[in-house]
Amino acid sequence: MRIVFKKSYDRDIDLHEHGWSRAKIAVLAGIMIVLPFLVGEYYLAEATNTLIWALAGMGLMVAVGHTGQVSLGHAAFLAIGAYADSALMNAGLPFLLSFPIAGLITGIFGAIIAIPAVRMSGIYLAIATLAVFVIVEEMVIMLEPITGGVGGIMAPSIQIFGISFDRYGALQNFYWLILGVVALVAWGYANLMRSPTGRSFLAVRDSEVSARALGINVTRTKSLAFGLSTGVTGLAGALMGHYIGFYNYELFSIFISINLLLVVTIGGLGFIQGAFLGAILITAVPQAIAIARDGLNANFGIDLGSVPGLDTMIFAVILILFIIFEPTGLYGRWLKIRVWFEIFPLARRDMFRRQKSYLKTERMK
Amino acid sequence: MGGDGHEGLHEGRDCVRASLMELLQLIIGGLANGCIYGLVALGFVLIYKASEGVNFAQGDMMMLGAFVALGFGNSDQMGLPFGVAMILAMVVMFGVGYGVERVVVRRIFGQPQFALVILTIAMGFVFRFVAGSIWGYSPLVLETPFAGRNLYPGGIVVGLADLVTIGVTIALTLALWAFFAFTKIGLAAQAASQNQMAAYIVGVPVMRVNSLIWGLSGVVATVAGVLYATKGAIDPNIGLLGIKAFAAAVIGGLGSLPGALLGGLIIGVVEPIAGRYAPGELAKMSPYIIMLVVLVTRPGGLFAQIQMKKV
Repeated sequence: MRIVFKKSYDRDIDLHEHGWSRAKIAVLAGIMIVLPFLVGEYYLAEATNTLIWALAGMGLMVAVGHTGQVSLGHAAFLAIGAYADSALMNAGLPFLLSFPIAGLITGIFGAIIAIPAVRMSGIYLAIATLAVFVIVEEMVIMLEPITGGVGGIMAPSIQIFGISFDRYGALQNFYWLILGVVALVAWGYANLMRSPTGRSFLAVRDSEVSARALGINVTRTKSLAFGLSTGVTGLAGALMGHYIGFYNYELFSIFISINLLLVVTIGGLGFIQGAFLGAILITAVPQAIAIARDGLNANFGIDLGSVPGLDTMIFAVILILFIIFEPTGLYGRWLKIRVWFEIFPLARRDMFRRQKSYLKTERMK
Repeated sequence: MGGDGHEGLHEGRDCVRASLMELLQLIIGGLANGCIYGLVALGFVLIYKASEGVNFAQGDMMMLGAFVALGFGNSDQMGLPFGVAMILAMVVMFGVGYGVERVVVRRIFGQPQFALVILTIAMGFVFRFVAGSIWGYSPLVLETPFAGRNLYPGGIVVGLADLVTIGVTIALTLALWAFFAFTKIGLAAQAASQNQMAAYIVGVPVMRVNSLIWGLSGVVATVAGVLYATKGAIDPNIGLLGIKAFAAAVIGGLGSLPGALLGGLIIGVVEPIAGRYAPGELAKMSPYIIMLVVLVTRPGGLFAQIQMKKV
């Protein structure tokens, strides 16, 4: 256990508690930067996919994990980001402009939706976002000139200052581009969470009534959080479009929304690291299933490929087990393990016992 | 008969009459559809009334109910008489609902609603997988005694299945309303949803009541599933209808039984009319647009039960 000696109040809100954790982040960043030289094309593409999912997960984490606003419709914002980016690039804008503008458009759209939606509590917001998702999906089909309708569109190839960042032609460059975006967003996110705005997010999540009593404008805070959330998700959507290359409305199905929820819940609600852990899990599990399937088929002659829907089923079961046994997610479990080692002989079983809680209605009748 | 003018008038009147008939036809079909949405919505409301949770797997429970009934009743499966098969299916689905609550949902007792939302979404996938592995993913038709028979009152065609649907729905809604208003368990369920701890203190066995209500919602889902199956083929993905039924429950105001039925009817009637008179995709979007409008103007639904939160 490390004792941090704080010599000023400033240190209380430092991004890193001590130099050790700063060093760990630096090592991680270093490994990620040299990754293209360490692994092959296939795994690099998977790593890129994971980073995109982590970005989208961070987007949803702002809403679900840090402000307590459940959204079942974030696939819609992925779609808006992707189509906005492609449309702007087709209109002749360079990627450097179209990418942030796509995020901005999505964010503004999200904030506009949020203004009426934040009046609703918990479950109603989830439903409203679900409705928004369905409406956006139909709109995508209707707006054929921009979105290509059912047929879909091709995401334009990325060129910055004459250097190609094409997903197929220059995968390494594409990977570094996404790594840069993800690192930037994660850094901004971590800093946001130690600013007054980020703290007001947490206050609203933990108790709206007390937040209001402390002078926080709850409606503005919630709209801002939702707008930020959708904006980051829009960025992820734009990158996802470029990653997939050719896509139509089916890329952004309701299952993507649910997978995103899976990312934040399994990763650990309320932790930025959780979004990354969740993203790793969600991209690694299908690979693991495929490997296990091949292994079973080769060694025991059991053909799991003939069972349709097995992947979804396994995801669902993982999700159920996590919600029941580890609601704090992978990152929460890691924190517990770390505490167990840090205070080694003193850890007791009841330390992490969940408090007994009872539901109280919001209905007065 | 007179001159050309009269002829034209006649033709015009016939035309109006024909389009009125068409509208009436659409409304009747819509009402029957709406009843099914309403029944699934009733399942949502039941669980919401008892535990203030939302069961996103309700649509998939409806699907499973229809398949269980099909497994008992169809001649190429077990071939039991229709009535017996229905009752058996209801019993099985009561067990499924009860078991799901007992084994899974009870473990997250007292956790925020959000946990239950994700849990039930995941359970929906499990149900879909189970039904798909037993009965396959190709559409099947449930054999019922009233499928394909029509009545012709006053020039319009009314399917017998539609009439049965409307009748059963009304009866079931009344029965459930009476259950919550008059029986001890119904009142206990409402108490448990309003304040779990207080309900415990006055001696309500909250967990057992919850299990019963989940079982009951399984039964309602079965009825909805069977009625849905009378109108066409079923496959494991019909559970997605649950999202639409969900819109119905929200329009009516979660927690209100007549509201759920009304919401279902509104959606059921608007959808075919929008499909007939409005451009393409608008019909598919209409339930959700109505829902959003209701949510924005009356955040608690038409029969709102939420008031300003007090400290």
